[in-house]
Amino acid sequence: MDSAIKDLIQGLLSFRIWSMLAWQEIRQRYRRSTLGPLWLTLSTGIMILAMGPLYGGLFGQTLDSYFLYLATGIVSWQLISTTIQDSCLAFIGSEGFIKQLKLPLSLYVLRIIWKNLIIYLHTLVIVVIIYIFFPPPIPFQMLFFVFGIFLFSVNAIWVGIVVGLLCARFRDITPIVTSIVGVMFFITPIMWPVKMLGGRLLITELNPFYHFMEIIRGPIIGDQIQPISWIMVILITLFGYLFMLLLYSRFRARIAYWI
Amino acid sequence: MSSITADKLLIEFPVYGSSSRSFKNSLLSAATGGRLAADARDRIVVRSIDNISFQWNAGDRVGLVGHNGSGKTTLLRALAGAYEPVSGSLVVNGSVVSMLSITLGMEGEATGIENIYMRGILMGLSKKEVISLIDEVTDFSELGSYINMPMRTYSTGMMMRLAFGISTSIKADIILMDEWLSVGDADFSKKAEKRLQSMIGSAKIFVMASHNSGMIEAICNRVMHLEHGKVISQK
Repeated sequence: MDSAIKDLIQGLLSFRIWSMLAWQEIRQRYRRSTLGPLWLTLSTGIMILAMGPLYGGLFGQTLDSYFLYLATGIVSWQLISTTIQDSCLAFIGSEGFIKQLKLPLSLYVLRIIWKNLIIYLHTLVIVVIIYIFFPPPIPFQMLFFVFGIFLFSVNAIWVGIVVGLLCARFRDITPIVTSIVGVMFFITPIMWPVKMLGGRLLITELNPFYHFMEIIRGPIIGDQIQPISWIMVILITLFGYLFMLLLYSRFRARIAYWI
Repeated sequence: MSSITADKLLIEFPVYGSSSRSFKNSLLSAATGGRLAADARDRIVVRSIDNISFQWNAGDRVGLVGHNGSGKTTLLRALAGAYEPVSGSLVVNGSVVSMLSITLGMEGEATGIENIYMRGILMGLSKKEVISLIDEVTDFSELGSYINMPMRTYSTGMMMRLAFGISTSIKADIILMDEWLSVGDADFSKKAEKRLQSMIGSAKIFVMASHNSGMIEAICNRVMHLEHGKVISQK
């Protein structure tokens, strides 16, 4: 257990390395492109612009509130889903580094989280633009927003380590994760409003993704976050860390042998 | 005090996706490579380092010799801290610079300066230290204004000069090397040789794997001969 915790702390302290690797990955993808990471903003924006009127109509929503709902839903989901999917390759994709350098392995997960947070901040521009046209009923709640993103990042660490470790050992996990994340997009209220469920609240309340969506999206959409979401997220954090520490302390040293 | 101590060090790699039964008998007597064996749970494993013990202290210049697949690189990687022992122990006291892959973390689209920065950070330097390094490395590598160009515009030789310049600018107690590094054309390689010698000279322990026995004899004062992951001779 000690070595796993030590690895986590040393990982967090290596801010210089993982922030550099995260930026390097983003820069590498957009080198020589004029818009750079703003391409993601643009393509997400176009998607929302195209989907807004159509799905707003299908779900019988008023356009002004639905645009904000959809936009915040899509950008928040992109943050969650790409972080999880990237985690599959956290260790496999860093083989060159892991086999040469003595760096804490949690660093490779932190790098992924940081990269996705940077991209998320870029896509938030869309939400700001929508604010200009359709101001939200309750203004942006800065404090809750920061807290929500913080809780998400804290959880992304344990999820990233667990997913990355399992994917390194069992190569069949990657497609399983991809397909679960794909399905979750449809059964989590991202495009459709929770109100449409009527009384069938189990679909959301037992869905961990829903609660994370709530704490990330709630503050920027101007929604009150239900206490159940905070409670669920905190419970998931505690049990997630417990599970991760058990797994990580047992298998951390094996990762270099598996990749 | 710098030292490296190994006690019954064992490193073996599991081979997944191969049935142990079909492999076990046929491959045990292969001429090269680590010993193939089955572990307690009857999985096929490649035993790259097989129960070796040694003690190296400050002043030791160790040459690792042996066939391909005898375990030299695996041992170097274990010394670098990449592989933790499967059993036995390996204690490394002192800071380590691994020169096993000097281009690791460098990127073609980034400029020479950016690459110095990235390599420096990756090798554990602070921002300040890296910045103070830039001029010296630029000077040594003789890349001139190319240092501000993307690395993909470099020739292989130029890239190696840069990578070599960065890696050799870092001070450490223990230096690990897989084959003697030799870069650049005739003039440059003399200069590089001098720089490498002085870097090694200031290190406490130097470990190099090599097939070049002349090189080993010239540089090392200790030699460890590995075969199939076992130590054949040590002096």
